[in-house]
Amino acid sequence: MSEELETLFKQMAQSIIDGDSDISVELAQKSIEMNIPPLDAITKGFVVGVNYIGDQFGLGEAFLPELVMAGEAMKAAVATLEPELLKLGEARETMGKVVLATVEGDIHEIGKTLVGTMLSASGFEVTDLGVDQPADKIIGKAIEIGASIVGMSALLTTTMVRQREVIEEMDKEGLRPKIKVMVGGAPITREWATKIKADGYSEDAVGAVKLAKDLVGKGDA
Amino acid sequence: MQPKLSLLDEALIARILEEAYQLLLDPGIKVQNAEARQLLAEAGAQVDEATMIVRIPEQIVHRALETVPGEFQLYDYEGNPKVRYGGDAIQFDPGSSGISILIPETLEHKTAESEDLIRIIKVAESLPQYDAQSTAIVCHDVPKDLHDLYRLYLVLLYSKKPIVTGAFTNKTVHQMMDMLAILAGGHENSRRKPRAIFDVCPSPPLIWSNFGAGQLIALARAGMPAEIVSMPLAGAAAPVTLLGAVTQHAAECLSGITIHQLAQAGSPIVWGGAPAIFDMRKGGTPFGAIETAMIDSSYAQVGKSLGLPTHAYLGATEAKVLDTQAGLESGMGALVGALSGINMISGSGMLDSLLCQSPEKLVTDAEGIAMAKRMVDGMKVHTETLATGFYEGVNFKGGDFLKQKITMKLFREEQHMPGKVIDRDSMRGWRESGSLDTFTRARNRVKEILASYSRPELAPDHEAVLRDYVLNLAKQAGMERLPELKEFQPV
Repeated sequence: MSEELETLFKQMAQSIIDGDSDISVELAQKSIEMNIPPLDAITKGFVVGVNYIGDQFGLGEAFLPELVMAGEAMKAAVATLEPELLKLGEARETMGKVVLATVEGDIHEIGKTLVGTMLSASGFEVTDLGVDQPADKIIGKAIEIGASIVGMSALLTTTMVRQREVIEEMDKEGLRPKIKVMVGGAPITREWATKIKADGYSEDAVGAVKLAKDLVGKGDA
Repeated sequence: MQPKLSLLDEALIARILEEAYQLLLDPGIKVQNAEARQLLAEAGAQVDEATMIVRIPEQIVHRALETVPGEFQLYDYEGNPKVRYGGDAIQFDPGSSGISILIPETLEHKTAESEDLIRIIKVAESLPQYDAQSTAIVCHDVPKDLHDLYRLYLVLLYSKKPIVTGAFTNKTVHQMMDMLAILAGGHENSRRKPRAIFDVCPSPPLIWSNFGAGQLIALARAGMPAEIVSMPLAGAAAPVTLLGAVTQHAAECLSGITIHQLAQAGSPIVWGGAPAIFDMRKGGTPFGAIETAMIDSSYAQVGKSLGLPTHAYLGATEAKVLDTQAGLESGMGALVGALSGINMISGSGMLDSLLCQSPEKLVTDAEGIAMAKRMVDGMKVHTETLATGFYEGVNFKGGDFLKQKITMKLFREEQHMPGKVIDRDSMRGWRESGSLDTFTRARNRVKEILASYSRPELAPDHEAVLRDYVLNLAKQAGMERLPELKEFQPV
């Protein structure tokens, strides 16, 4: 690797660690101008920064704002490189595609957003539908993007039953076990997850990443 | 704005001082040191040599208060100013002169020896919450004649921080000052940039013993900082009312400062103490009692009204193990001390009413101190608008603010990040890390600290001179060899 290239990759990683979207986009554009394969820019540059912040977070040395900002900077860089990837017909190898949503009637989302950030930082491709999402919207999006995991959040005891409805609907359409379902939210327990036949549950974002990796058979990654 | 706790209004402070001055005249102060009586008599006090009672007129005290410094500093080994006595600076050090140490495996309160004090010094050295070391426990593996100075010897070998200490006799105070001078490169350096402050105790009620007054005079003349540790025990060795105890404290401190300034005007001295209420059920002196903290906070306010540096004993507990009582009493004490703007708050690490030190409690108390320091840091205006500027482009989503650059920039300034002793994990995370309680987490933290500690580098020739000085005193006391220290084996 030329020294120039090495420096660029290092700057890319640093832009993610600094959570600076302006710089990560700028570096992504520069890599396009330099004819660097977009996959190299991602895997040898930006992802290195994401992994670093993820590790630091796991050690308790980095904190949520840094993790979220790193995720945002990563997203911005990948969005810049995406058209190039499409042109080349290349696809980024990810841990898997995940659809996240808070179920219908429920508008709480900080927990879910954190899970999304952590999953993105861990190499998943996350589509976050937001809050108050009916079953058909969630399932439709999962089919559309070819998701391997659907993650559902509910903060209220009155809305957690919606998680069961989505699972039943997915069963009816024969989408499982190909698409795995994970559930979370304050009132959710292991017992509830078992009862509604979800594939897994976690009570926090760190556990959700581990669970998602297990569900896609990459528990060691 | 530094938040402040004020238990007294100005009128009450004036009454306390007025009655304290009355106490100095009637019944007067019992001064059991001849030299101190002579100094007071020469200044115009009325001395009864038979009863040793001295009646001190207010104007003599006023003269002393005019010459006493309102502010001074303690320095570290390298001569950097690290502790500021004066104003509303708040600093913490471990509690002093315990006799035992908590053994975490057995919960035994073991009679303390050198290796135990070294563990405490290492822990206090590694935690930034402790601004100074103390000579925390007495080591029973050396003869009694060495008890006070040997503690200082170990602190000097294992620490660079300033030191809160104290001598047990009028002879050893000079030897301890010699030891400090050896590392400072001479008495003049040691006086100019003092590393240590010496606690000096009056005896309640209203007594300056031969020993206490002797210390005041010796320290004043040497120019080494002194810290009065007045200990009214409300209901036994002081009036049962909290205000009565505060008034007695004031009389003991005012008379002490007067003796001190008469010995050498301008020498530094601190308005401090270790008062307590007297427990009417068990006859003990509860340092974790809220009333004890109220006496401390109040006398500090009186001292501040006179423009004096302050000290108090807070953050200790009567609990015998590191349990909930230990946590709540120590945390409340630290917070009251910090909110009272007390310059040096001693007592951390102490269980069983200042008898038993615990490194595990030191690391736990450090978390309480950090919280108290955060609170004293106060509410800050960081941004041009308090809130409105944050809402630009907000999508009414819960996580919006996490994605703001300003969040990443400011969260560390707004939030104190607790250490590993404090658990804020989810149930899952807590279980996965072993379902550990506070005590176990504290034990792990102590192990980590001890594993990463390394002894500071001191000038080798100074170390050797210091060792020989202490060894010589040990031989005089009948001990041929000093206890072996793992990290310190000079040839």
